[in-house]
Amino acid sequence: MLNYTIRRLVMAVPTVIIISLLIFLLLDLAPGDPTAQLPLTIPNEVREEIRLALGLGEPVMVRYVRWLQMMVVNEPLHALASVTGWENLRPDGQRILSWQSRSPVGDIIAQRIPQTLWVVGMGYLFGILIALPIGIISAYKQYSWFDQIGTFISMVGFSVPVFFTGVVLILVFSVWLGWFPSMYDTTLRVTDWDSFMRQVRQMVLPVSVLALFNAAQISRFMRASMLDNLNQDYVRTARAKGLRENTVVMVHVLRNSMIPVVTVIALGVPAVFSGAIITETIFRVNGLGALLINAIYASDIPMVQTLTFIFAVLIVLFNLIADVIYGILDPRIRYD
Amino acid sequence: MTSKATLWGAAAALALMPAAAIAAEERTRGSSGHLNIIYWQAVSTMNVFLSGGTKEMNAASIVLEPLARFNPEGELVPWLAEYVPTLENGSVSEDLMTITWTLAEDILWSDGTPVTSADVVFTYEYCNHPEGGCAYRDRFAGIESVEALDERTIRITFDEPRPNPHVAFVGAGSPIIQKAQFENCMGARAPECTDANFAPIGTGPYVVTDFRPNDVIQFEANPNFRVPTQPYFQTITWAGGGDATGAARAVFQTGEMDYAWNLQLAPEVIEQMAAGGQGELLVDFGPLIEHININLTDPSPDLPVDERSTKLHPHPFLTDKAVRRALSLAIDRPLLAEIGFGEMGLPTCNFVVAPPAVSSPNNDACLEQDIDQANALLDEAGWERGPDGIRSRDGVRLEKLFQTSTNAVRQDFQALIQQWWREIGVDTRLRNVDAGVFFGGDPSSLDTFQRFSADVQMYASTFEGTDPTSFLEQRRCGRHPRPETQWQGQNINRFCSEDYDALWLEKSREADPDRRAELAIKLNDYLVQNYIILPLVARGRVSAISTDVGGMVMNVWDSEHWNQAEWYRRTE
Repeated sequence: MLNYTIRRLVMAVPTVIIISLLIFLLLDLAPGDPTAQLPLTIPNEVREEIRLALGLGEPVMVRYVRWLQMMVVNEPLHALASVTGWENLRPDGQRILSWQSRSPVGDIIAQRIPQTLWVVGMGYLFGILIALPIGIISAYKQYSWFDQIGTFISMVGFSVPVFFTGVVLILVFSVWLGWFPSMYDTTLRVTDWDSFMRQVRQMVLPVSVLALFNAAQISRFMRASMLDNLNQDYVRTARAKGLRENTVVMVHVLRNSMIPVVTVIALGVPAVFSGAIITETIFRVNGLGALLINAIYASDIPMVQTLTFIFAVLIVLFNLIADVIYGILDPRIRYD
Repeated sequence: MTSKATLWGAAAALALMPAAAIAAEERTRGSSGHLNIIYWQAVSTMNVFLSGGTKEMNAASIVLEPLARFNPEGELVPWLAEYVPTLENGSVSEDLMTITWTLAEDILWSDGTPVTSADVVFTYEYCNHPEGGCAYRDRFAGIESVEALDERTIRITFDEPRPNPHVAFVGAGSPIIQKAQFENCMGARAPECTDANFAPIGTGPYVVTDFRPNDVIQFEANPNFRVPTQPYFQTITWAGGGDATGAARAVFQTGEMDYAWNLQLAPEVIEQMAAGGQGELLVDFGPLIEHININLTDPSPDLPVDERSTKLHPHPFLTDKAVRRALSLAIDRPLLAEIGFGEMGLPTCNFVVAPPAVSSPNNDACLEQDIDQANALLDEAGWERGPDGIRSRDGVRLEKLFQTSTNAVRQDFQALIQQWWREIGVDTRLRNVDAGVFFGGDPSSLDTFQRFSADVQMYASTFEGTDPTSFLEQRRCGRHPRPETQWQGQNINRFCSEDYDALWLEKSREADPDRRAELAIKLNDYLVQNYIILPLVARGRVSAISTDVGGMVMNVWDSEHWNQAEWYRRTE
């Protein structure tokens, strides 16, 4: 297993490098201009100087190699120095600068990670926590009223878009009832009970929206997978051995049913980091999703390149993690 | 200067104050507590010179200040300077070659050090550095030198006589930065100074305590601000992000925010939200004008790529003034303004719509749509309707392509105008281009507004300050985009007229303000009466403010936050 993991990690390096080249070239070829959002009162000569100051004057391959060097060497070292406090780790070389703020993209991403994990991560976590029991019970009591309601809710959660549920929740709970804020305050520091409650209150709406959406999806997978297993021979055998129903369902069936569900859950984790663009915009959460979409609008290419590259690495990584978890759940699966 | 600013604030406060509120003299620095501002387009940096965006300019304007700025009437008022230099007070030389500014006494930076003429000179050097990519470098164009005569006096020498010398160091786009802080950030090193760019030391009422790019800024009152009782708000949270609807909702309906900027929303949405009663809508009109540009050259895709929309090929029918006039007559401008912008737009027939002194009174006839006259005009000019209702003459059909940027209001306008033009026998195909590409200026793209690969196109133009001279200069001969200029240039119509050029040259040399205004009107009339440009709607600046906040005076000529120090909470 260890060998396999190492082999996969080594194989991932060329994959990631090819992805990075593709991302860089695609974004470079895409139309759009960093000065497009500036007021038309700024003359073209000045725009040209701005483009040159952003480093757009150099050939694309030079920019790519420089960016790759900063991405895989300078930025990780900076991150490490900031986390550990070992200042002598900090490299002297240039860092990747955002075209919008002219500041290192690494710092901005680090600022955005907490609220992304809090809101989108919690939305995912709650979604899973709701989805698993619903999926299990729905499958076990197929076509019961619980199953029918569960199916209805997950259909609603799946088919009603987030920009609709989000706004409805804001109207009901922020505008009419006034229970929760409609805007997320990223400057809030949790220091005592009061600020903790404020944090909880501002998280309720965005987390519910995301949890509903995630739960809808995962509960359907869970239900389908349980149904597949409930009719298998080994379940009949287990019952025939006189095992208690609880043991049959919760140990034998559940463990086998989890294999595909775990893949779905693991592959969904990179999406947590990439944020929830629409939900973040509606509730002004300003996480990584909002960062990405703003950078795209502003043609802030270094920011978009860095974010998409990080997402690509996460996706490759979590694919591997899903495969490893397979092996743990199912002893028959061995890669060596 | 301080007394003048205070007077302004007092006048504004009196006008807006309800009877029960606290009188102005009882207010002290910080007595209003905390203010929440929301900019749904979040602020990226506090260094205006590195951004050029309006959002950055507004946020920076409460920290960094210019020597003089414009008041809501569009008049210059001294800010860090003691007085506005003019010919009368002898600070502008008779030959219009120099202007001498004097700093007001005892102005301190927020770190407690005095502001000197060296800071002003340094600001010029910083922004004028060729490698710095300073977004406001054109403010310093035509300046030969900026010298410090003594601690408080600065002399600017121009390379030719300058009838309007109040450009450099005037308005929110040309503030003074501190030499001590930015000394090591010149030219290519500008982006390396992240700390300075995010928290510049200024003279304004607030200092930055925390800056998160594209997210949120926290401000605190500047302890060294020159008016001891101001600013009234002790702290400001300047939030960013979300969308325009959310920002409007937070002011009008939930009351979470006190001020929201740039609410370009559908008029019915704004109306419905404003009914919430917690806030009021602020609209004021500057020179922003939504208009249609006519292409006087042939954009036909049958031509070689580098000859499309160039002077080599005149347009087959838009060079006929009767056709252009008919197109203008067929448009119902009041309806467009109402549908697209509601209270936030005014129908207009002028290209220069503000300030009032330079906006022409001669063109109001076009406000009335007249399809019959347009048809008669085309009949007279020999354009005859074919079996499908589309007119043609000598084998040239009135068929054209109408392009604009992707934007809900603009697409509504396109559909309506297409319909009206259809009624006068002109066939129109519609096209919209992503704004990032359309305004992007990429010379290799066929889809930019400069390249103009269409017969007519629509967007909004504006100018900085109150003087339209450089705005009108854009339509001079030789300023048109073409392959030799990498398709850069602002004469989008490819228009050229000796009369127009002569009028403009006269204006650019004239120092008398009345005559300048007269010439601006003539130039405007020349463009619109020849139907080179079809103005549609004058667009307002739209913001929302909580009914609990007073002292704010909307200003379209400068930053909306020009008098931030005087904002206060009514229920302290």
